[in-house]
Amino acid sequence: MREIDAQDIAQLVETLCIEACCVLPNDIQNKFKSSLQTEQSPLGREILGTLIENATIAKEERNPICQDTGMTVVFVTMGQDVHITGGYIEDAINEGVRNGYTKGYLRKSVVSDPIERINTGDNTPAIIHYEIVPGSDFHIVVAPKGFGSENKSGLKMLMPSDGIEGIKKFVFDTISAAGGNPCPPIIVGVGIGGTMERAAYLSKKALLLPVDHVNRSDTLANLEEQLLNEINQLGIGPAGFGGTTTALAVNILTNATHIAGLPVSVNIGCHATRHAEGKL
Amino acid sequence: MQKENYRKTMEQKVIFEAPFTNEKIKSLKAGDMVYISGTIYTGRDAAHKRLFEMIEKGEEMPFDFEGQAIYYAGPCPAKPGKPIGSVGPTTAGRMDAYSPLLIEHGLKVMIGKGSRSEEVVEALKKHTGVYFAAIGGAAALMARCVESAEVIAFEELGTEAIRKLKVNQLPVIVAIDSNGNDSYEIGRKRYEIKP
Repeated sequence: MREIDAQDIAQLVETLCIEACCVLPNDIQNKFKSSLQTEQSPLGREILGTLIENATIAKEERNPICQDTGMTVVFVTMGQDVHITGGYIEDAINEGVRNGYTKGYLRKSVVSDPIERINTGDNTPAIIHYEIVPGSDFHIVVAPKGFGSENKSGLKMLMPSDGIEGIKKFVFDTISAAGGNPCPPIIVGVGIGGTMERAAYLSKKALLLPVDHVNRSDTLANLEEQLLNEINQLGIGPAGFGGTTTALAVNILTNATHIAGLPVSVNIGCHATRHAEGKL
Repeated sequence: MQKENYRKTMEQKVIFEAPFTNEKIKSLKAGDMVYISGTIYTGRDAAHKRLFEMIEKGEEMPFDFEGQAIYYAGPCPAKPGKPIGSVGPTTAGRMDAYSPLLIEHGLKVMIGKGSRSEEVVEALKKHTGVYFAAIGGAAALMARCVESAEVIAFEELGTEAIRKLKVNQLPVIVAIDSNGNDSYEIGRKRYEIKP
């Protein structure tokens, strides 16, 4: 049995919160640069150039890329041979969020109750997903999620007869209706199958995949490519002012599902789809 | 139509400064890129709800709306020695329920991101207003345009308090002009490829 101190988890989460909010992942930065070469709209290119400059300033000054430093989504992948000592893991993660958002001068955007809406003042509680795996590794991804894009996401329980065409239509309609609101160029996470909540979880997890990720399934890789092309023909463009760069990537994750169902969830990530990971 | 050349030299930059008179507002066309300098005020969801309720009760506003602009933004906390943290625009659509009444009362220059309701567009046409969009997510860059910031109302709302900002060349795009032309619609139509 491997032991991990809860304080080490809190420390790691603190560091990852600040890093995720201030340093844009390289794959997205590189995609901005390659999109500059292909974007047809002059204003679109101007905006892409501004986003590249913004990411550079954020990294240099250790200032958040976007003022919406999000609700803190934390993915924990923990080996079943790990034993956490010195405290409860959930408390440790929230302590890390509290310290990271305070020391990093990040915005506190969480209200304790959806009806009463009183700000908790420290961005806690985090949304935490656990996956228990064989072995004794401990891996954490911190993915702060802004709500400009979260609000435009959607889920639909399709019928099996709707098939691939039904999936394409739902994804396409969701992105079309979102227009310029979710801060394009966006990243589109799609979860297909499972139950309602599993599809939603997978669509969020799909946002963590690199934008240049190629799906291992030929069918899904093909579907991702078709969706990306069609989304980029919508004309929405950078910041929504028209152009040929509406999405940087479409990433799909699937799960076994029921004979009667075809759940599909679309989670939209803005151009600052932030995430940072670490291990203990 | 949109202009083709957006990379402007210093001499070409259109600087827009408060007070925003009807004449200045009328000169702006959807798709124009301009730079705002001088005083603007921040306010978003919670502050809008309060301003709306105060107008309904006939109470005095925390600042004189005449010729002023409101920026839909909730900034990050300022680091020591800095006036403000990262400060980009938030989605304007959430303010649509409140904006027509505020526009009617003189607060007719808005800065945000994303599309607006028909009611807001009608109010802009009727009262000669303009809706600017700042680039969503370019918040670290926009913090550099802020020279000073001071909370002037609703301090208890934290990031949602009303702040008086002094800005220098904040880059914005005319999203909806006083004739109701919408550059989101115009831009999207221009680059849309129909299947």
